[in-house]
Parts: sequence; C-alpha cells; structure tokens
Amino acid sequence: MTDKPKYAKPLPRIDQETKGFWEACQRHELYLQRCGACGQLRYYPRALCPNCLSDRIEWVRASGKGTVYTFTVTYQNQAPGFRDALPYVLAYVELAEGVRVLTNIVGCAPDQVRIGMPVEVEFEDATPSVTLPKFKPAA
Amino acid sequence: MSALERAVIAGVYEHPTRWAPDKTQYQICAESARGALADAGLAIGDVDGFLTAGVGPIGIMTLAEHLNLKPRFHDGTNIGGSSFVAHVLHAAAAIAAGLCEVALIVYGSTASSDRFAVGTGGLTAGDVPDQFEVPFGPTVLNAYALCAQRHMHEFGTTSEQLAEIAVTTRRHAGLNPAAKFRDPITVDDVLASRVVSSPLHLLDCCIISDGGGAVVVTSAARARDLPRRPVRILGGAESLCHTAMGRRDLTDMAAKESGPRALAMAGVTHADVDLCMVYDSFTITVLMTLENLGFCAKGEGGAFVQGGRLGLGGALPLNTDGGGLSSNHPGMRGIFLVIEAVKQLRGECGERQVKDCEVALCHGTGGMLGLRHSGVTMVLGRG
Repeated sequence: MTDKPKYAKPLPRIDQETKGFWEACQRHELYLQRCGACGQLRYYPRALCPNCLSDRIEWVRASGKGTVYTFTVTYQNQAPGFRDALPYVLAYVELAEGVRVLTNIVGCAPDQVRIGMPVEVEFEDATPSVTLPKFKPAA
Repeated sequence: MSALERAVIAGVYEHPTRWAPDKTQYQICAESARGALADAGLAIGDVDGFLTAGVGPIGIMTLAEHLNLKPRFHDGTNIGGSSFVAHVLHAAAAIAAGLCEVALIVYGSTASSDRFAVGTGGLTAGDVPDQFEVPFGPTVLNAYALCAQRHMHEFGTTSEQLAEIAVTTRRHAGLNPAAKFRDPITVDDVLASRVVSSPLHLLDCCIISDGGGAVVVTSAARARDLPRRPVRILGGAESLCHTAMGRRDLTDMAAKESGPRALAMAGVTHADVDLCMVYDSFTITVLMTLENLGFCAKGEGGAFVQGGRLGLGGALPLNTDGGGLSSNHPGMRGIFLVIEAVKQLRGECGERQVKDCEVALCHGTGGMLGLRHSGVTMVLGRG
C-alpha cells in the first residue's frame, strides 16, 4: 500500500466565526447563515449580520444545488498544490438559496463547464480535519 | 470649486527602469523622489507630507526613515494598485486642511528582478474571508478571468474585442521610449497567445517589470512660486466592491460609484475628458472600467473599444504610455496613471501627445476584481 500524498494546497484557517460551517462540511452537509433578527441570508458565515449587526444566528441547511454563475479554467498557478493540479476550474456557483459561493467544479472535464450548468455539492475530504465543498454536474 | 483645488500637482517622475537587479526597492523609491522633487523645483527638506504603499504593512515608517523624513502628515493607505491615486486625493485633502504643505507620494518595486509572480502566484490564507476562497485556487489573474467570462456570457463580449485594447496600448507603447514592450501586435497575436486562465490569453495580461515613480502635491499658493505649470485636481472619489454577502454582480465595479462622483465634483462630463488613464491589469479591467465609469452603457464596452476610439487621435485616447499591458507593471500601477496624465496635461509627451489635452481622468483599480477591489477616480485639469 502506498502512502496517500500529503495534501499540498492551502487549507482554510478555520476560526471562531466559521467553525460551524466547516464542522458541517465534515458531516458532508452545506450550511448557510440567516440572521435571527432581520432574516438576511449570508455567505460566508460570520458572527454579526452586516445588515443589522445582530449576533442572533440561524444555521440553514442548503440544498447543495445550484448553477454555475461564472468560471475560469486556470492553466497557471505557481502555488504549491495547484501547480501540480493544472488545469482546474475556479467558479462561482449560485446556490438555489440565492448566494454565490467560490468553489471548484469537479467531476467533469474542464472544457465541459458552462455558465448556467446545474451543479450539486460534492464534498472533498482534503485532510482528516478539513472537508471542502466543491461542485459537480448535477445528476 | 472643490476644496481639493486648494492643492495642485507640482511635480512628477516616472523611473525609467523596467529591470533593476542592481537596485533595491528603497533605492528606486529614493531616485523617484529625487526626480519628482527636481521636477517640482522643491527640495527634500521641503517635504512635510509623505504617502506610500507597497513597502510592507507599516513600511511607510521604514521608508520615511530611509529618506530621513519627519513628515507631519503621513498616509500608508494600501488598497492595492489604486493606492497612489487615492494618495493624491488624500494629500490634496490634507493640504486643504492645513495638515501639510508639500506632500511626496512614492512608489518603487523590484517585482520583475525578484521573479515575483504577481498574477499567478496563488494567494495565502490570512484574513477571515480567505478561508472561503484560497482553498479553491484563486490567483489575481483568475479572479479577473471570472469577470471576463461572465461579461462574455451576459453581453456577448468577444476575445477579439478584448484584444483590441492590448493592440491599441501596444501601439501607444511604441511611441514611449521607456516602455518595456514596443513592437506592434495584432488581434491575431493576442488570440494566438496561450490561455492563462480562460478566457484571458497571455497578451490580455499586464506585464511584470521593475519600476517606480513619485508625485509631489503642494498648495496652489506655494505652486505660484514654482517653475512648472501646476496641474489642477478637479475632483476625486473612492469606492470598494466586495462579495456583498454572496450577492455580487461580477460585471459591476467600484468605478460605478467613484466615477460619477468624481466627475460631478470636477464639474465635467464624459464628453469633456480628453485622456483616460485606466488601470489595465488585464484587458477586461479596461473594458469593464469604461462601462462602469459611464463612458458607455453596461454591456456595450465590447463595441465601444473597437474602431480606434481608444487610440491616439480617437475620441477617447487611453493609456498613452502603453499602460501596464506594455509599458510597465511593477505590481501596483496607480502612480503611473497620475504621472502620464500630468505629463499629457503639461503637453510634454512628444509623439504620443494628446492634442489640446485639458481634462484627464485617472481610474485605479486595486485588488482582485472577482473577489474584492477598490476603485479610485480622479479628474485632473490643465493649470
């Protein structure tokens, strides 16, 4: 058995404001925040609602479905991890709930990706403690 | 008349180097300061305001030390490449408020000889929002490509239209002896260059060079005794554009806010602008900036940049020095927008001089267009 190569791409620096999101990702669940006072849905998660500055947070489970809002096939990135994974697709996915999320499109050839394409979340267990929400063409 | 008009630009200097492995960043800053002060007819001892960016988070102090300055006003605002356009506005406001009288704005960089991958080096996770971006591989370059792709999808903008911008500014660079790349290119050359991050080709991207520059801002009263014809600061405005809780329209820019405010303060319209100096990190940056500033409607940028409009002799000459696409881009280009605008307004540009140049608009974009960026618009007038 060969050792799995060490994960070389940058990892999220998870903090007090965001750990709920990342813990949900580890359970392969995608969560958004809604303000408990004014109802504003937001991405990324944070402690206070920028709309009304309330710290009442409701976690809302997202459907994990959306469409590609925009994307780019990246052929050059000198950063460790990425330089060995070229080309890759960086994209904004517009979730069914209405917010746009920066992510990668996986599960298809980069030249198959189109704006408007239906996609669904695909969790990548990058390390034992970090799972990343990526997206693949919807089934 | 805006209070900014109590101040004027008295001197500028663009460092001629594009490759300076024998110099430090600080030396380029010092040489640029020397050039701009000489241009203004002032001495280093006259400087009582100091503004810079790009020398580290609190590098303004070490650079002030290096120049042995004891400024009574200083500003190290760093909002990316647009910082230096903002510095001119901040210096003018400080002078109008009596906080200082002679402000020196300095920039220097050895990005090229340091082999710094400005656009494709990947980003590091430092600030809170980075954790939702950096794991997925954004670079400076692909963050702009995201906007280009969306713009093409919504409005039918083509790679040929974007290429037109690179071709036009390269032609301008051919008239600038200091420009790094001066040989003409065609639309086909741009389209044949490799795709770095779709839909952007290599020749859609600014170059990487070493370089630097400096600008001296002083009071209109003080400028009366100086040899150069001063350049007036007619108006200016700043704005930020970010992911907006997940609702950003990627074809919107900060320029949409700062442009109209700056023009209104200056009391001029788009038709009055004789020269546009727009931060051209990428061709798409120029096209979207012109739309967002209101020179054409949203979505019409593709047709607007065609047909020679942006060339010398066209209706809206743009980036007459060759811009970041061809002349120089040491990482933060904002100061060069100001320097070229000042030289054009003083009528010193020789072969690339815009005829009867009376009003110039500078717009700096700093940061990453598809993630978060700053926009600073400034309108300058002939003295």
